[in-house]
Amino acid sequence: MHPDGDATLQPSGQAVVIDVGGLSVLFDALRGRGFTVVGPTVRDGAIVVAELASVDELPFGWGVETEAGKYRLRERDDNAAFGHSAGPQSWKSVLHPPRARLWSADRATGSVEAGEAAAPPRYALLGVRPCDVRAVGILDRVLTGGQHADPVYSGRRDGAFIIAVECTEPGATCFCASMGCGPGAESGFDLAMTELADSEGHRFVVRAGTPAGADLLADVPGRAADEATIRRASTAVAEAADHMGRTMPAQDLPQLLAGSRESPHWDDVASRCLTCGNCTMVCPTCFCTTTEDVTDLTGDHAERWRVWDSCYALDFSYLHGGSVRTSGQSRYRQWISHKLGTWHDQFGSSGCVGCGRCIAWCPTGIDITQEVAALASLQDSATADED
Amino acid sequence: MTETVAARVSAQPFFATLTDTQRAALAEDGITEEFAAGERVFGEGGIADRFWLIEGGSIALDLRVPGRGDRVIETLGPGTMLGWSWLHPPYRWHFGAVARVATTAIAFDAASVRRRCDADPAFGYALLRLFTPLITERLQATRLRLLDLYAAPSQVGQASTEPADA
Amino acid sequence: MTSQGAVTPALAEPAAAVPRFYRVASRREDTGDTVTLELTEPAIGVPAFAPGQFAMLTALGIGEVPISVSGLGDNRGGQARRLQHTLRAVGAVTRALHAAPPGSLIGVRGPFGTGWDVESAAGRDVVIVAGGIGLAPLRPVVLTALADRSRYGRIVLLVGARTPGDLLYTDELERWRRDGVEVAVTVDRADSGWGGEVGLVTALIKPAGLAPGNSVAFVCGPDIMMRFTADALAGEGIPVHRIRVSLERNMRCGAAWCGHCQLGPLLVCRDGPVVGYDRAAALMSVREL
Repeated sequence: MHPDGDATLQPSGQAVVIDVGGLSVLFDALRGRGFTVVGPTVRDGAIVVAELASVDELPFGWGVETEAGKYRLRERDDNAAFGHSAGPQSWKSVLHPPRARLWSADRATGSVEAGEAAAPPRYALLGVRPCDVRAVGILDRVLTGGQHADPVYSGRRDGAFIIAVECTEPGATCFCASMGCGPGAESGFDLAMTELADSEGHRFVVRAGTPAGADLLADVPGRAADEATIRRASTAVAEAADHMGRTMPAQDLPQLLAGSRESPHWDDVASRCLTCGNCTMVCPTCFCTTTEDVTDLTGDHAERWRVWDSCYALDFSYLHGGSVRTSGQSRYRQWISHKLGTWHDQFGSSGCVGCGRCIAWCPTGIDITQEVAALASLQDSATADED
Repeated sequence: MTETVAARVSAQPFFATLTDTQRAALAEDGITEEFAAGERVFGEGGIADRFWLIEGGSIALDLRVPGRGDRVIETLGPGTMLGWSWLHPPYRWHFGAVARVATTAIAFDAASVRRRCDADPAFGYALLRLFTPLITERLQATRLRLLDLYAAPSQVGQASTEPADA
Repeated sequence: MTSQGAVTPALAEPAAAVPRFYRVASRREDTGDTVTLELTEPAIGVPAFAPGQFAMLTALGIGEVPISVSGLGDNRGGQARRLQHTLRAVGAVTRALHAAPPGSLIGVRGPFGTGWDVESAAGRDVVIVAGGIGLAPLRPVVLTALADRSRYGRIVLLVGARTPGDLLYTDELERWRRDGVEVAVTVDRADSGWGGEVGLVTALIKPAGLAPGNSVAFVCGPDIMMRFTADALAGEGIPVHRIRVSLERNMRCGAAWCGHCQLGPLLVCRDGPVVGYDRAAALMSVREL
């Protein structure tokens, strides 16, 4: 699922500088091509992911303040549209929706209608952070890279247009750099933008990642980016890498987690974890779903719906009259071991992109990077004891 | 031509960890015995004056349950020991035993073996080390059967062996 | 051409997600709560199943459950023209499937999962140990070996059941004995009419006199029974990579999309349900994994 090796997806052409007006033209050009534009917008005290009717709905001038268990909007000094780190939603709300119909059947005729009630629109995702670009790539592997491709995801993913926005201002809970997922965007996008809002003006350095991106960019008024601007943008991104709020400890995570199955640390986390599942809701790669079969009152018409589920749900591991994982310890262990460890066995990469959402949205402020550090130090002292 | 008891004892893997001397000593307390199909070997409550190494055939351990008749608790096959109530007072059988099919066995004189153990602690210890793994294994198996693992979730906790209503 | 070109539309065919509705051709009650259903394909069915694989069966309007095939079916042309499933009524969906009369419709998705790979035991003794309803997914192993008898050594079948009334396929056990399968049966609890063995299924292993160096073992039943049986077989000297168990976990999709069936690094619907005990042993012994 990585386009790096695909010759047709090499960046085409020169980087371009556009201003806010140009961004508006870009927005309209997407609409003109039939895309439904989805992007960040302020709603209910947070920056959420929603369908945008106009470029004005972007969160110009809004930033966020995040910490473990905390997320607040704040007004920025400038008018940056993308000057905020990850909010409570991710692009999986669009590509892997919380509710989707799988099929509908008529008992009398025995006929089955596959798929969602209405064909999904073609989406343009505007403002995808590099961590989230990687997350989309991970979902691509999970949901379409196996023997069977998930039709709901495929229907939305195929034809989706991705505009990445690099990070110049990481949040306090961000750690994409230590996960190798940012703050710069390298691949997986049609267009990548770096926003600069300083004394020299509010502008975007844009480069294409695919021919489709180059095609769209050609319709947007801008000038070829000069060396100084390109350097200003890349410096801003490089500096962001040095200012990450957190760092994932450099460890062999699959080995650490596999070796920690009997760690006393799980009791410690369990004393803090409410098993509320917030982390799984906000995580851009958590993909678990369950199904619901429903009928109308006559029983003649049945449908199967697929809905989001969470490994923290008590009945997630239901088997033979009870659940396999009943304790909080076992459910937290499952989530973190899967995300950082067994995801590698199952899908060939880490499941974590360092977006920091789970840290911000955990009501008790559990920090995945700290839990790894704790497990690592327990493993070190256990090994030391053995020597 | 019938083999000697000593030869038959030596042929059994169950006694492999005994020394040659210990095996020979044990064999002195042994005689061969045969049971016809359906023949009762001992009854519940009887005096546990012997124990057997089953060579061929099969023995059913049973218990007479008032109102339910003779219930088979477990069946034992060749190569395993029948009876350990002889090891400790009151030296009485807690279950009965019936030959399911024609069965051959080596029967050991319990009182004589006990005297030998008292006189030679090393022999006694070696013999106990033969029996304790066997008892542990039977206990584990019994515990697993108690878990009623094959039961459907709704059957868990039901003691009845009658088939569930359709 | 879009950014990742995730997957070509041809691969995103909905077949894996949408059931094909098969008709119940016959229904046979095996025990008080277990039935064996024969399903015949609709105009367009699903691909053929291998022994050990499972289908996601839909009771329309109620739900869907994973059930292994319990027979060889009719696989002409690589299609599952006829399917056989033995299932036990334990919940809403299985109660509905259990009650499905001949002629009714049952949704089928599949085939999913890894198979027993009986053919890999060619030249060796096939040792099958079944606990309770675990005999159902193992029945295709017996049938496969019998269908190509000269290819295999001994075929040994050890069966454990809760009570005599819970034994599956009793008429077939007799037939298999006549066909040369060494069948030994035991029950956990006997009733007054039972004249056979009583005890744990592992007690049947030693008397079978296996040749561990030349055996491949196929084990299916409750988790704990599989662990103790596999340990006993390994104790007899059968190498753990030649002991196969059939794992079970909650499944909501069967196609590795829903995340429910994980057992550590394994997705049971994709990396199982048949797994070598060399891989499964450590995972099966971790509490609440």
